[in-house]
Amino acid sequence: MSTYKERANLVAEQAQAMGKPVYDEASFQKNTQAHADEPLKGPKVVTLEEAIRRSGLQDGMTISFHHHFRGGDKVVNLVVDKLAEMGYKNLHLAASSLIDVHEPLIKHIENGVITNISTSGLRGELARRISKGLMKNPVVFRSHGARGSAIANGDISIDVAFIGASSSDPAGNACGYSRSENAKSICGSLGYALPDAQYAKKTVILTDDLVPYPNTPNSISERNVDFVVEVESVGDSSKIASGAIRDTKNPRDILLAQTAAKVIVNSGYFKDGFSIQTGSGGASLAVVKFLREQMIRDNIKASFALGGITAHMVKLHEEGLIDRLIDVQSFDKVAAESLKNDPKHKEVSANEYASKDESGSAVHFLDIVILSALEVDVNFNVNVLVGSDGIIRGAIGGHPDTAADSALSIIVCPLLRGRIPCVVDEVTTLITPGNTIDVVVTEYGIAVNPRRPELAEKLRAAGLNIVEIQTLKDRAQKIIGTAAPLPFGDKVVGIVMNRDGSVMDVIKNIEDPA
Amino acid sequence: MFVPGNNPGMMQDAFIYGPDSIMLDLEDSVTMAEKDAARLLVHNALKSIDYGNTEMVVRVNPLNTPYGRKDVEAVIKAGVNVIRMPKTETAEEIVELEREVEKVEREIGCLGRTQIMAAIESALGVVNAYAIATASPRMMGIALGAEDYCANLKTQRTPEGSELLLARETIVVAARAAGIDALDTVYSNLNDMETFRREVETIKKLGFDGKSIINPRQIEIVNEVFAPTQKEIDKARTILAAIKEAEEKGSGVIAVNGKMVDRPVVLRAQRTIDLAIASGILTKEDL
Repeated sequence: MSTYKERANLVAEQAQAMGKPVYDEASFQKNTQAHADEPLKGPKVVTLEEAIRRSGLQDGMTISFHHHFRGGDKVVNLVVDKLAEMGYKNLHLAASSLIDVHEPLIKHIENGVITNISTSGLRGELARRISKGLMKNPVVFRSHGARGSAIANGDISIDVAFIGASSSDPAGNACGYSRSENAKSICGSLGYALPDAQYAKKTVILTDDLVPYPNTPNSISERNVDFVVEVESVGDSSKIASGAIRDTKNPRDILLAQTAAKVIVNSGYFKDGFSIQTGSGGASLAVVKFLREQMIRDNIKASFALGGITAHMVKLHEEGLIDRLIDVQSFDKVAAESLKNDPKHKEVSANEYASKDESGSAVHFLDIVILSALEVDVNFNVNVLVGSDGIIRGAIGGHPDTAADSALSIIVCPLLRGRIPCVVDEVTTLITPGNTIDVVVTEYGIAVNPRRPELAEKLRAAGLNIVEIQTLKDRAQKIIGTAAPLPFGDKVVGIVMNRDGSVMDVIKNIEDPA
Repeated sequence: MFVPGNNPGMMQDAFIYGPDSIMLDLEDSVTMAEKDAARLLVHNALKSIDYGNTEMVVRVNPLNTPYGRKDVEAVIKAGVNVIRMPKTETAEEIVELEREVEKVEREIGCLGRTQIMAAIESALGVVNAYAIATASPRMMGIALGAEDYCANLKTQRTPEGSELLLARETIVVAARAAGIDALDTVYSNLNDMETFRREVETIKKLGFDGKSIINPRQIEIVNEVFAPTQKEIDKARTILAAIKEAEEKGSGVIAVNGKMVDRPVVLRAQRTIDLAIASGILTKEDL
């Protein structure tokens, strides 16, 4: 027998041997506060300024954001305004994407707060100014899969992630929706923010609905969160599409969609258990409509739909035509609500969605993808980022990821957009390499990559109008003529990374036409 | 399919939807201020856009306007297939148009190339339908223009179309008597595809050869309604095959499945096959 007091010497000895302190009773103080009395307080709940200060952010570091609120996002401008006010300089802004609403960044680039940008896309006035040479350092563009990989492997090393969430508890369990009565916003999936939360040195959740613990089920776990900041609004959900299903009435979109649906049905990949991803444009949504009719007629069901999930996909899922939805980004409120309520509607991170480095990422299980394009060239290379006026006006998104890893990638684009030809000799900027593209559907015919002769044969046998891509290009050129070369300058304003981490192309500054 | 002659985007794209015939309009869809610009556009569209095998029609302005003769000259020089004369009321108007057409054709050395279609859009036009239909060997069809006709008749269009019945029947009879095509008027409410479908079914029963449309979305319905059923196609092919065999053997009247096959039956069978080809169900290679 021995008493604790008698063992004290031995405890001290062992502690010293292990390099550990000796337990001190006085170091523990019990918290006897009833949690229900102050349900919204906690050590992580601070003001934005305090979160920034305590995060250890220094000049020259990297901050990150997501774009799940799309045109309604308020977090980027709110945080960067605050950083400017606090006197930060030379920051690297690593966003999943930037859009029109982020125009105020122009002044923060001019005043030196932001000196580097990584993103999937740029739009609006910010994009125009950057295309004209606003920034000293080129913007680095990556696909969603490539951004996920870069964050995981350290190519993008995030110091502080600022993540807008529609609900969070004081511990930082956060979601892109809220189950409380005070819900102010909804964006659905937080897929592009998940790698940021996981890998950033510090993570700050900004929320407009701070709810009592536990905010479960949660998409971001408290263990990845350092600070929780309550703000008036993280985003205007009305700027995410409403999700009301309205079929396109544009006859050309309908024609393109019907043709794309016929390509799918006759491709050999349209069989029970297939998987599919489509975009959110008019033609893509119309493809879903025509495919739905065919699935019902042939009694074919899909195993999953992937990607940006739309109300159209939710409808097919609820009708039992698609078993599971895998959602990295909810394109409308219907999709966001479905993610919140339906356990078969799964939220995934950008890495689980499209990383080349993860053999289990969803794109590796994808059969068919329908994609759009600003330009396709005669070698099937695709550009979705830079307009044919040389101005950045788009986003890479998951385009190269899904094109590369799907079994069948289909580009749907009109041959002509007004006076702009979409099938050209060489794309203005290389975003998705031609060796990953299988079919190009235009209103003037379908071109099949010569690497897939068996596919061309199947489609031709089904009576589809298969043409050489060169024929499409010639037709466009005959109608429109040859455009004058673009007045590019000598400055590199953008760098396009391949999803494998290599540098694939550069974007030069565009000058005003002489 | 009607396409406004002042809209380059639509003119460029019209062909992709696969209408049997494209009618570029210089008349009612073009304002006074744009008549000359539209004429230039239509001329260049005809010359430079590859419309494939689509029949190209241009609706010109009436010859008694300052634009009509210039329109005729411009479109013939661009190689139009058919000129559509709007608001035709008498055979004389067609004769006058024919003279204009001949004058231009002679000048450029392509005499006899251009056909004429007359739109009948008034009570007087309906009364003169047969005379109009036979006014020139260039006549390929007559068409009803219902909006102007209803205004002239002091009535308005209804979903069931009873106000158009006499005009429609008269036009079909006149066209058949003259051996040319009968084409029905447009239906302009794009949000009511059901009424449109019923109207197409009605005019098919009346004997029309086709329907004018204003939007590519209407093409599918017209094709569906006019397309013969597989049973009709099979029967028609059996009849035509039997006739061919009978002709080769030199025998006269024949019977298929116990029914006598005479000339009207053969003509109807041939028409079924023609329609099947026009609606894309059969190709010429299938025959």
